[in-house]
This record gives sequence, C-alpha cells and structure tokens, in this order.
Amino acid sequence: MKLKSRKLKKTTVIDFATYIGVILAFIIMNTLKSQGMLTRSLTGQLIPICCYIVMAVSLNLTVGILGELSLGHAGFMSVGAFSGIVAAMSLQSVIPSEALRLAIALVVGAIFAAIAGTLVGIPVLRLRGDYLAIVTLAFGEIIKELINCLIIGVDEAGLHVINATGTKSVNDLGLSEAGRVLIKGAQGATGTQTIASFTAGFILIMISLVIILNLVRSRSGRAIMALRDNRIAAESVGINVTKYKMMAFVTSAALAGAAGALYGLNFSNLVATKFDFNTSILVLVFVVLGGLGNIWGSIIAATVLTILPEALRGFADYRMLIYAIVLILVMLATNNPQLKALFAKLIPVRKGENVNGQA
Amino acid sequence: MARLKSKNDSPLVPMPSDAYIPQRDLGKTPVLEARHLGIDFGGLTAVDDFNLVIGRTEIAGLIGPNGAGKTTVFNLLTKVYQPTRGTIMVDGYDTKGMSTVQVNKLGVARTFQNIRLFNNLSVEDNVKLGMHNQIKYGMAGGILRLPSYWKQERIAHERALELLSIFDMQDMAAAKAGSLPYGAQRRLEIVRALGTNPSLLLLDEPAAGMNPSETAELMENIIKIRDTFQIAIMLIEHDMNLVMGICEGICVLNFGKVIAKGTPDEIQSNPVVIEAYLGKKKEA
Repeated sequence: MKLKSRKLKKTTVIDFATYIGVILAFIIMNTLKSQGMLTRSLTGQLIPICCYIVMAVSLNLTVGILGELSLGHAGFMSVGAFSGIVAAMSLQSVIPSEALRLAIALVVGAIFAAIAGTLVGIPVLRLRGDYLAIVTLAFGEIIKELINCLIIGVDEAGLHVINATGTKSVNDLGLSEAGRVLIKGAQGATGTQTIASFTAGFILIMISLVIILNLVRSRSGRAIMALRDNRIAAESVGINVTKYKMMAFVTSAALAGAAGALYGLNFSNLVATKFDFNTSILVLVFVVLGGLGNIWGSIIAATVLTILPEALRGFADYRMLIYAIVLILVMLATNNPQLKALFAKLIPVRKGENVNGQA
Repeated sequence: MARLKSKNDSPLVPMPSDAYIPQRDLGKTPVLEARHLGIDFGGLTAVDDFNLVIGRTEIAGLIGPNGAGKTTVFNLLTKVYQPTRGTIMVDGYDTKGMSTVQVNKLGVARTFQNIRLFNNLSVEDNVKLGMHNQIKYGMAGGILRLPSYWKQERIAHERALELLSIFDMQDMAAAKAGSLPYGAQRRLEIVRALGTNPSLLLLDEPAAGMNPSETAELMENIIKIRDTFQIAIMLIEHDMNLVMGICEGICVLNFGKVIAKGTPDEIQSNPVVIEAYLGKKKEA
C-alpha cells in the first residue's frame, strides 16, 4: 500500500511538473515578448514552436505509447492546416471574433485529420508488422500532391472546389464578384488572415497534454501500452487490438490536425510542399530525441530543435546532416552501459524504484 | 458475449459417455468440451482428433513428451490458431469463428510457456489489464476524469491488490513487471489471467524454472484458486509430482494424438504412457 501511494505520487508529480513547466515557460515568454525583449526571429518562432510541440507530443502517442511507426505525421498536419484555413477564411464575414474563428478552425482541422487518420487506420491497423510506416509514408506524399492540385474559393453561395488538373485555373471556379480564392493549387493558400496567437498555441499544448497524459493513465491508455508491450498477451486478456490501435492513431492524427490549423493560420502564404517527408521525419526526430513515450522529453526536443536551426542560420544547409548524426549519436548513447549507469545515478528515483521492486 | 455468459441461460449439453469428469461436476454443463479437434500446418498434422471434457471445478492435466502438441492444444482452445477440424464448446457455447478476445470474454484465460507480461508496466497495471473488460468507463471518461473514472479505478486498485495477495505479491504492486524475479513473473501471469474473471484457467507450464519448495507452494495455490473462485483449471506441466499431486483427470498427448486419459493412478500404470515417455522395451 505504501509503495502504491508513492508510485501514484510519482506519475502524478511528473504530469504536474510537465503542466507547470509549460505554464511557466508560457508566462516567461509572454512577458519577454510584451516587453520587447525577444529577437524578432524568436518572436516569429513562438507559434511554430507551439505547433511542433503538439506535433511531437501527438506523434509520441503513436510511436512511443502505441509502438507503431508513423512516417506521415506531416500529412495530418497538412490536412488540418488547409481545412483550418478554409474554415477560418470562409467564416470571416460571419464570425467577427478572431479567437472564436481560430477555435473553430482548430476543431475543423482536428476533425478532418481524424477522418483522414480513420481512413488510413481502418485497413492498415488490422495488419501486423511495419505496414503502418509504409502506408503513412505514402499517405503524406499523396496528401501533398492532392492539395497541390486543389483550387478552393468562397463566395456568398458557399465553397467552390475544383481539381486543378490540365488547363483548369482559378477562373474556372465560377466565383461571384465578392468571392475570394483561398487555395490556389501549387501556389497553396495565399492571403490568409494570420489569426493564430501565441496564447492559442499555449492553450492547444495544454489541451493536448491533458488529453494524452490522462489517456495514458486511464483504462484505454493501459490497453494501448499493453499492445506495445505484448500483443498476444493483450489479446489473451480480452483487449480488442484494432480498437485501441485506432483510438491512439486517430487521437494522434486529430491533434496533429489541430496543430496544422494553428500553423496554417500563422502564415499568410502556405504551400502544401511545406508538409513533406522531411517534416514528418523532423517530428519523428523530436520524438526519438525526447525519448519514446516521454512526453516532456518531446516538448523539450521540439523546442530546442526548432530554435536551433534559426540560431545557427549559417549552418542551415547542414541541418538534415546534423540531425542524422545526432540521431545516430543518441542511439549509440542510449545503448551504452556506462552512460546508462550515469543516468541511473543522476535520476535516483528510478533506481530506487527498481530496488524496491526487487525486494 | 458477456451477456450470453449468464449461468442460468446456459443450455444443458448431454455429457459424452467417454468423458472423465469428477463426481461433483456431473450434471452440470462442462466448462470446456472439445470434439474431434484438429489442426494442420501445411501438410503437417499437429493435433488430430482431440476430444476432451472438463468439469466446472476440475483440475485437469495435459502431459506428453516434448513436441507432442500440448501448447498447440492451448492455442487452439484460446483461438490463437483456428482449428482445421472439430468443435470447441465453452460453457455450452460453440466457439466457431470466435477470436481470442471473444473466447476470453466467454471465460477462458491462459498463461504462456514463455512468459508474456507487459514488461514496461507496473505489476498493478498488469493485473488491471487482466480486469480490462470488468472496468467500465470509456475513453472520454478517462480523459475528462469523470466520476466514473475515479470510482472504477479505485475499485480496480483494490481488486488488483486483493488478487495479488493470493500469491502474497501486493508489496510488489508498484514494481515494473519486467524487473520481477522469474518465479514472481510466472505468478503474476496467473494473477493477470484471474483478473479476466475466467471460468477456465489454462496454465502452460506454471512450475517451469521453479525449485521444489516453490513448486509445492504453487500446488497449494492452484488448489486454493480452484476452491476460492470455483473455476476449472487445466495445466500443461512436465513436473510429474505436481501433475500427479493435484490433477484429478489427466490427458496424455503424443504426436498430436490422445494416447491415454484417466486418473493419475491409471495414467501412471498405463503401459502406453510409459512407452511414450521411456520408449519400447527391447524384446529379449
């Protein structure tokens, strides 16, 4: 009983430390921003950092907690970004409040990404093995190409959508005079009103954290982790494998969609090629560097690795090279017994837990 | 499936005359009945014409030389493999086409020969995962921490400690399952299986790797589990002291076929069994 109460305390302490850390970081950054003490490039980075944190945390649900490799997380971000932009822009005249429109855009982005996640998940998550990695990789590319040939406009009659193949262009939309073009095929979304705010990014991070941390500590989260640890044993105790895989994967996709919508509404111009394979890998790097299943690790990795390339602008060409090297180093380091022993010394709580467990 | 499981509407199936069943279980629906069960892997027949009936509170043993197909029988009964031939009735219900999950909900729980715990989760979480289908709150209840979450988790916590106390393991509840000593991992698998509220518990070599005193303790505990939960237990075991000591009915398998069935005394003196284990006597 004594041990149990200590353990409960430990997970709760980590969760609360994560929440408090994020809140403190937000307060500090917001104060610095309002005082004008941040460089311009860093101020511009605040919202993308929020988006990447949500991306990393949500991908951690699929990769770290469910244990399935997804290589198309940017695809869900893309779906969320463009559906969010269309939602926010087409409601511009109806809803004057920017905050409310942003909230609607995030929800719409999350819903569309969740639908995309369901469509990808239904066939693939029934299979065993690495099929999810292959299919999500293809999904990311397909979404990129698909949005590249979409032309979407809006007028008082509603949304106009055409497929920009062949000779079709913006003129074929059939918009009335008051109409506006939202997405222009390969040129992407242009003239988007940038309504994303740092506060919204912070709220989105907090919501994602609450969803993921509470999910992990609940019955469903236990089932998801059980699938990761041992699928056959999970089936033998009556856990529906496909259901819980879908639950984790769709939740992850929906959060990525919301992050995408926030990201999309932060730039007046956005092209679909922004969300390519490199972005997916970038987010995967955040997750691997932060530690699989380690939520606060993902947050820190996403923050550091988003700021770093900006800080080292001169080395931007070598960024992908450096990531590869860092990934290899991390893999080597985490398997190194001496380093493991060092970490065990640095984190006495974990070591103590194991000793108690043996007793 | 869970709705079907009510003990009252369970249809009575006439008992096959060749079945071995303890006196006290006669007249009740057998918890498990396998008829002409068989499976082929490609051209190889791993199990053939396997017939077995287990009474409601029976402790049954499944023995045989290595490679006889014992674990394959367990995998058939839990639908890890779908049988090529034959039927399996659990509690009087045909399990044709059912999945492992559905059979578990009907009341069949098992342990594994090569331990399969959720190694990165705590001992308590492992037991709670066994109780997964008894804990009733959904994804939203968990994320929003609705009152149902707190209530159900508290009940689950108490029940998990209660189940762990069968093997006196409640002090290990917070430890990682993967960090437990070997014997404790085997016991935890049994506790996790019990968490699913089974009516038939399948134990695949529960005493493997245990020393004689641990085995003796395990024997007591198996009987204790049967008496407390009033369930049937079927076990695969190579330790003959354990099998002969606690099993009421024994089934001997060799090359995928049942070669003998009966009480421990009958099995011990059965020349066919002795031949299967020790080989044929040389003709003088």
